[in-house]
Amino acid sequence: MDTSKVVLEVNDLGINFGGLRAVDSLDMVIHENELYGLIGPNGAGKTTVFNMLTGVYPPTDGTIKLEGQVINGKTPHEIAKLGIARTFQNIRLFKNMTVKENVLLSLGAHADYNFFTGIFKLPKFHAQELAMEDEAMRLLDVFELRDDSEKLAKNLPYGKQRELEIVRALGVHPKLLLLDEPAAGMNPQETENLMRTIDVVRKQFGISILLIEHDMKLVMGICEKITVLNYGAMLACGTPEEIQNNPHVISAYLGE
Amino acid sequence: MKKVTFKQQLLMELGVTLALYLFFQSLMSLGIINSYWRGIVITICINVVLTVSLNITSGFLGELALGHAGFMAAGAYISAVFSKSIALIPSVEFPLALLIGGLFAMFLGYLVSIPTLRLRGDYLAIITLAFGEIVRNVLLNIKLTGGAGGYSSIPKYTTFTWTFFIAAACVLLSKSLINSRQGRAIISIREDEIAAEASGINTNYYKKLAFIFSSFFAGVAGALYAHYMGFLQPAYFNLDKSIEILVMCVLGGMGNIMGSIISASILTILPEALRQIADYRMLVYAIVLIVMMLVKYAPQFEGLLNIFKPKKEEEA
Repeated sequence: MDTSKVVLEVNDLGINFGGLRAVDSLDMVIHENELYGLIGPNGAGKTTVFNMLTGVYPPTDGTIKLEGQVINGKTPHEIAKLGIARTFQNIRLFKNMTVKENVLLSLGAHADYNFFTGIFKLPKFHAQELAMEDEAMRLLDVFELRDDSEKLAKNLPYGKQRELEIVRALGVHPKLLLLDEPAAGMNPQETENLMRTIDVVRKQFGISILLIEHDMKLVMGICEKITVLNYGAMLACGTPEEIQNNPHVISAYLGE
Repeated sequence: MKKVTFKQQLLMELGVTLALYLFFQSLMSLGIINSYWRGIVITICINVVLTVSLNITSGFLGELALGHAGFMAAGAYISAVFSKSIALIPSVEFPLALLIGGLFAMFLGYLVSIPTLRLRGDYLAIITLAFGEIVRNVLLNIKLTGGAGGYSSIPKYTTFTWTFFIAAACVLLSKSLINSRQGRAIISIREDEIAAEASGINTNYYKKLAFIFSSFFAGVAGALYAHYMGFLQPAYFNLDKSIEILVMCVLGGMGNIMGSIISASILTILPEALRQIADYRMLVYAIVLIVMMLVKYAPQFEGLLNIFKPKKEEEA
């Protein structure tokens, strides 16, 4: 495991919001094609970690390296293009765009036809748009969303909206995919389907996934490695078995 | 469902444009449209350019802009100064004047877009409103263009053909912009800026792009107007004018180009058609406007208006 390529390396990451130390000296290493879990009680700083990894918040200290390249200080869209895509805890779809357009949007960040090629509909525009449409449909197939491709995103049922967000993130062509509570609000049946699909996505696209989740069954079931945060500090790190038996983790979740 | 290819779509658009042109042109040469109504058709085309271009920033980018008349004024005056001070053959001079009007407005559009990178909503509306007023007040104080007294004897180059094809170009280019990756990026900013950034969209760049595109066409519309009237006055480009364009834009539907064309046509003809009842003209205009807005959003009439909507917008 440890011999495989490192995708993300986080060293001594920390951030202050005024006087509040929201995340403190976090270390994390994610390998190629690894499914990594990030858990912790509410307010532990999990989403803040996501926001630092994606450039929404600049970290106060520490470094973030994506495939050896330091990425802190870069803007969110630069980081997305370098290969970190994400979903959001409270769904952020482009509600009044169609399902297909949602995916075309993120695919479009990689197309290189320019403004004038676009407005004058030159041949390059046609070629790239057709290729993008093809790819969008193939991505939608992963979550069986092809039949809904012409619907407006806001008209999808809740579970499918969550899935569409993952498809859109895949359109960024990520090396690392960050999923922020993908199973929130889903029933057990939907959660189980999602678990399977996440695993399929990882294998099919060969990407690493970092997952925030409260559903312990989901996390313990599919993650290979887990980091536990509490009050912004790293509480434990290891395989699901190690985490389940760690006395610090048990006391943080259940009390002494 | 059979898919329409890009080529077929392009040919269809150009075909419809040409057919419409020949239709109006033949009505004019047959004398069915007299010179009074020809003027109204030209005004409609200018208003279509203004409305569609405003729709790019207000409808698709989602930023309420209240300074569109300012861009129009800048384009009008700069092109008028150009064609009055340069003596070339009209068929060269006029397109150059239009281009200069557009480019100058575009430059101002770029300047205005800079604060939009930090401001949204009400604050942006105030900034653009202030911009419009600044342009008008600057024009009031420039001696070269006659200040408040107005700038006269501008060569009247604007013809129906020029105006029609520029309006068509504005509509078709806006449509293809919206269906390109750049257009989707602009719409995604309206929908959710944070998600757009996370999807690899440089939101600052696309905001600027939308403002530049929109102000370019506003400038061209101003240049058309200047060479149609032959006379310019700063008072014409006041806040009322910006609001008038915005009303056309809102009535036609934010983010609906076809709607912009229809509402720009209706709201240009309406005041003219109401001239017979001179005293009550503006009253009736206001009432008609309110009724149209109500009808537009009433569920009972939805089927009636759905024919103008693209298929995909229908509820699932």
